[in-house]
Amino acid sequence: MSPNEIKNTPLVNEHIKLGASMVPFGGWNMPVQYTNVIEEHLATRNNAGIFDICHMGEFVVSGNNSEEFLQKLVTNDIGKLEIKQACYNCLCYENGTVVDDLFVYKLDNKQYFIVVNASTTEKDFNWFANHKMDNVDLMNISDNIGKIDVQGPFANDTMQKLTDFDLNEIKRFRCEKISVKDIDEQILISRTGYTGEDGFELFFSPRNSVTMWNNLLEAGKEFGIKPCGLGARDTLRIEACYSLYGHEINENLTPIEAGLGFVVKLNKDFIGKEVLQAQKNNGTGKKLVCFEMIDKSIPRENYPILVDNENVGFVSSGTFSPTFKKGLGMAYIKSDLYNVGGEISVLIRGKEYKGVIVERPFYKYKGGK
Amino acid sequence: MKYIGKIPEELKYTKEHEWVKIESAHGVIGITDYAQHALTDIVFVELPQVGKKAGQFKPLCVVESVKSVSDIFAPVSGDVVEVNDNLSNNPEHVNQDPYGIGWIAKIKVFDESEVKNLMNAEEYKKYLEGLEH
Repeated sequence: MSPNEIKNTPLVNEHIKLGASMVPFGGWNMPVQYTNVIEEHLATRNNAGIFDICHMGEFVVSGNNSEEFLQKLVTNDIGKLEIKQACYNCLCYENGTVVDDLFVYKLDNKQYFIVVNASTTEKDFNWFANHKMDNVDLMNISDNIGKIDVQGPFANDTMQKLTDFDLNEIKRFRCEKISVKDIDEQILISRTGYTGEDGFELFFSPRNSVTMWNNLLEAGKEFGIKPCGLGARDTLRIEACYSLYGHEINENLTPIEAGLGFVVKLNKDFIGKEVLQAQKNNGTGKKLVCFEMIDKSIPRENYPILVDNENVGFVSSGTFSPTFKKGLGMAYIKSDLYNVGGEISVLIRGKEYKGVIVERPFYKYKGGK
Repeated sequence: MKYIGKIPEELKYTKEHEWVKIESAHGVIGITDYAQHALTDIVFVELPQVGKKAGQFKPLCVVESVKSVSDIFAPVSGDVVEVNDNLSNNPEHVNQDPYGIGWIAKIKVFDESEVKNLMNAEEYKKYLEGLEH
């Protein structure tokens, strides 16, 4: 892809028909909202939402050394994965900062499916290729994969109408290949997501994207399903305190600083381990915290955080929360100030607004089979 | 399929989609139906302080939707004499009724001749139709 080329997903015409506002995102022309962010957000929390995620990148890693190779690259212990199980990971540089965050699915003993961010797909694939071992095959299959997420308390009921496979058999972080109505191939379905709700991520050939999308909208109609744009995807993930690459994690931040120590496993060797081990043992200078506003106001990315008039950090993601009806966000602050219940101020247009550090996450996952 | 919205005859308009209603040397201001629709879900209005000096086409206050922060520009110069405090708890009034209960501030106008720099309803409608979607 040339740097200036904006790509369309196979669903672009569906978005336009639905009246979406389209914006460039990570090199892709994506729907930011169809009606409005709050409606779409609440539909996902209370009913169901579907999201066009065709822009994200997918790799296949296979061969006799695929497990050893992935163990060397990613922070989580994929040796523990059973077949058809998935886990969240960071991909780190030697200095412990983050190349990307990604999901690893173990499809078979010698075959893994990797899902990466859209804007980092090329960088990630180069990183994989530069560290390739013998007896490992790498394939960037991003152009051959369409992806839709269906999320929310009625995601399961919606999806169940489209398949004879008993979806209750797919537990959280598990995947299956199943047959689905009107689709001429088996799709990969996993009980995962990026909203804090129960639901699925669906992977299939791009040619089936439009059928899958419209069948989901039709099947979910009785449950109040709505198409949701990137706006709602962002507010949902902020409430669930999921990191977004380029915000909570990036090439200057480590998973330990980002509070992702639970996916950094020190019982194995991987790139960046030395630094991350030291950070786990000795702590870090700054730390990601969740906060909500006491004064009526909306925190936004990069707004300064003040304590006793001293600049002690910055907002990494902030929004008005459609669920809690107030401003909230995540911020990096000096670690010694981390204290649930502690007051902070956010500097907004030159004025200080009071907020308070709270437990992570704002919205707890309660779905689940 | 562009949304133009309501454009009341008796108001004057700016290119930044504010309206003003001038009556006995005072101007009530707000944002247009087109603007509230484009912003969608307005969730916060940072009202100007009473006493603030507004300059024509200068930033006066801020409205925020879930995903955006937008300056509101004063259609005319003057002193802010009153603000719509109801918007603190009900920012959605701007979406629901941008020309009525969603008004933002009242300004004591310095110079009524500034109105000539504004558009009337017909001109604003043409202006909207000519805008890139």
